[in-house]
Amino acid sequence: MKVLSLNFLTCAVKACKSTTGSYPLHPKDAELVEDNLEVNSELLLNIMPRIDWPALSTTATELGFPSLPAQPPTKEELEADEKMLRDLHHLLMETQMMEGKLVCGNCGHEYAVREGIANFLLPAHLV
Amino acid sequence: MLPTPDTSHVAFERVYEPAEDSYLLLDTLSSESETAFLRSRFGGGSSTNATTSAGTIPAPFVVEIGPGSGVVIGFVNAHASHIFGTSSVLTAAIDVNRHACTATRETVRKAAADVSSTTSSSPPKKSGSGTFLGAVQGDLTAPLRSGSVDVLIFNPPYVPTEELPRQPMATDMVTSETAPTFQDDSYLLSLSYAGGADGMEITDVLIGRLGEVLAPRRGCAYVLLCAQNKPEAVKQRVRGFGPDWRAETVGSSGKQAGWEKLQIVRIWGEKNNKDS
Repeated sequence: MKVLSLNFLTCAVKACKSTTGSYPLHPKDAELVEDNLEVNSELLLNIMPRIDWPALSTTATELGFPSLPAQPPTKEELEADEKMLRDLHHLLMETQMMEGKLVCGNCGHEYAVREGIANFLLPAHLV
Repeated sequence: MLPTPDTSHVAFERVYEPAEDSYLLLDTLSSESETAFLRSRFGGGSSTNATTSAGTIPAPFVVEIGPGSGVVIGFVNAHASHIFGTSSVLTAAIDVNRHACTATRETVRKAAADVSSTTSSSPPKKSGSGTFLGAVQGDLTAPLRSGSVDVLIFNPPYVPTEELPRQPMATDMVTSETAPTFQDDSYLLSLSYAGGADGMEITDVLIGRLGEVLAPRRGCAYVLLCAQNKPEAVKQRVRGFGPDWRAETVGSSGKQAGWEKLQIVRIWGEKNNKDS
């Protein structure tokens, strides 16, 4: 699963949904792999408005990536800054989480990621 | 006609095999009316592309719930340019069946590779495929952030059955290493078709969650129903959510005694003011 997925996922426990702690989920013991993909700047520019930037910053830092700027780059900034474009491309498009856990900051439940697939099915006591 | 994704690698003894319902979804999503709707809604409508004066077009996030083999989301992802008028499309899938998740990932990969190998020889049209984020194992929309989905696609377990199969939990099918037994396989397949009363027990839950999971103003859903699901009642229920909610049949197949056997209902919010 691409790192970008974490921008769209939350804890599956109903009571956690409305809490701020349930998003983003926190990667733990993450094993990452890198695909080698061509940079598609148009795609990146179109993805930017869809991204929750603070959540992405948290994810990037927790996965050991260099910290992102406090504010999301504007379209013009991104077009003018090839390094930032490359870095974002690398983080969002090329990096996949293959193994590890995704932890809810609210209830502490850990969702296992195996072979690149996260398991969000809940144990009986949390359903 | 756009090519149908190859699913020859899928173990159909435990993952739903593409059938008439799957193909109706492919035909509907690539039909003239639906590509026109999706293009106008998600910005790729005109021939001028993304980087025009208006700035960027937020890439739609398309999620299929219960993809099974992945034939539908594989098709949508591979042919994103045709369907949305832009390849800036993010796709993902959620299935309770872990084997369906691995099958889907492979189907999506193959379908996108096929498209890029056939288009690369012709003049440099942009590669038509979207970007697949991944398949996760989960119960309907439970893992998704509220308001995040632009297009939700659902081919539900719609067959009326006396009972609903037990819904799987975290301890089921944790790895794909252990070989499933015949019983396991039958159970997994039952999850893909058995819909309980009126075949609607699972679909009713999903429809109840649409207001939460769809993106405000932009979100829409395509849900497949069969005649026994009482599609008119389903549409009425959605319209009852509020004055902005719409539900219409946008694709159908297989007339049986005057009834459409299968149909695709599009559910969306009517708020055309893009600036609001």
